[in-house]
Amino acid sequence: MIPQLIEWLTDPAHWRGPDGIPKRLLEHLYYCLVAAGFATLVALPVGLFIGHTGRGGTLLVGAGNALRALPTLGLVTFLYLVVGGTQTATLIGLVVLAVPPILAGAYSGVQQVDRRVVDAAVGVGMTRWQRLWQVEVPNAMPLILGGIRNAVLQVVATAAVAAYVGLGGLGRYVLDGIRAVDYPKVLAGALLVALLAILLDVVLSGVQWLVVPAGLRTAGVGDVGRRRPRRPARREVRGETTDTGGGRVDGGAGHGLRKR
Amino acid sequence: MTLDELGRYLGSPSNREQLAEQFGQHVYLSLVPLLLGLLVAVPLGWGAQRLPSVRAVVFGGASVLYTVPSLALFVVIPGIIGTRTLDSINVVVALTLYTAALLVRSVVGALDAVPGPVTAAATAMGYRPLRRFLTVELPLAVPVLTAGVRVASVSNISLVSVGALIGTGGLGVLFTEGFRTRYLAPILVGIVLTLLLALVVDRALVLARNRLTPWTRSTPGGAR
Repeated sequence: MIPQLIEWLTDPAHWRGPDGIPKRLLEHLYYCLVAAGFATLVALPVGLFIGHTGRGGTLLVGAGNALRALPTLGLVTFLYLVVGGTQTATLIGLVVLAVPPILAGAYSGVQQVDRRVVDAAVGVGMTRWQRLWQVEVPNAMPLILGGIRNAVLQVVATAAVAAYVGLGGLGRYVLDGIRAVDYPKVLAGALLVALLAILLDVVLSGVQWLVVPAGLRTAGVGDVGRRRPRRPARREVRGETTDTGGGRVDGGAGHGLRKR
Repeated sequence: MTLDELGRYLGSPSNREQLAEQFGQHVYLSLVPLLLGLLVAVPLGWGAQRLPSVRAVVFGGASVLYTVPSLALFVVIPGIIGTRTLDSINVVVALTLYTAALLVRSVVGALDAVPGPVTAAATAMGYRPLRRFLTVELPLAVPVLTAGVRVASVSNISLVSVGALIGTGGLGVLFTEGFRTRYLAPILVGIVLTLLLALVVDRALVLARNRLTPWTRSTPGGAR
């Protein structure tokens, strides 16, 4: 199986033209950027607002959980038929699926900021706005970016599934390969999608590391708050720690995180 | 798309029969991996919690595995374990892997959270490690573990539909069929049934957790 896969991948014909690997890869990346970008524009402000005011949190967690159960293939085919078979319809589906993780990350990130830190910010006379931007958002950065990372993974995977309704991208190889009983092609597509997902995740974890304020990286070891709310370590922001406070038993049960 | 159309779709006995069959398939394909994944995750998590080197390897592997998109994993598995390409066993294996990857973290987290004095007391009472694990640590880990299982169950239930693209059964078939025939009713019914199934299983898991942890009811403060 491996030799045929290598043969497929190294065949120059597969690197040219509208069905070539560079073109499909760029398409896939484009869908991801557009969908994750739009989703961030929508979900980030809402998540920050809800986290800051604490209003509507329960509703958000409930809605997030319901969205998590939404089957991606169902949503994509549904939108395709309802909105009328355009690429836009499919991209809307991708945005919808990218919203919950970002929303959950922003919400739980802000909400988990140590109350005493926020109180201190009030105490030194910060306005609401200053509090949000200078205290809450920097402190919430690990979870906010964790949410965006989850959303990007979600979109990479869903874009592959959406090849079924005619979207381009790497999913084409998998589905066209299945139809043509060309297993090396299927495998090549799967491998490329998986590599893209892993690569994007690594890149974003690098961004996460860069953007998280240095103070947060060293904090939590001792001095300031031994009883500070459990803030997951940077590297563990993904996974079930996206849940509000990894130790919490029930509640959100990792809302926003879902496997694609 | 009108309610009328939906009524006609649901009114047909052959459609209803197909719905029931695919629903059953869906339950099977999503819950069997949940159970298998749990069975894999508990010993793995046990090992990982005790040995830091195992923990690093298991967590690393789990996070990479969890990054791989479902469609990709579904079609790669036959190449690795030699099953036929269009076989539902591939979906079962893939979802088992995802479930295990997700739950191994829950298991480790749950075991980490067991209070030291409790295990010390069990040891002092003469419990050997295996018995202590099964009768003291594992029951205490149930609440945290259930949180993980709930996440895994919802994601399994939603993922099984993707299997329709590689020819397995389940409610995903309604989506591919609806798409092929440009017929909205089966798609809508499929989405609603998937959400319902997820909801019912989630409730069942909460009930099971409450049953398994009677001490949390008498002391609302938690498992202490």
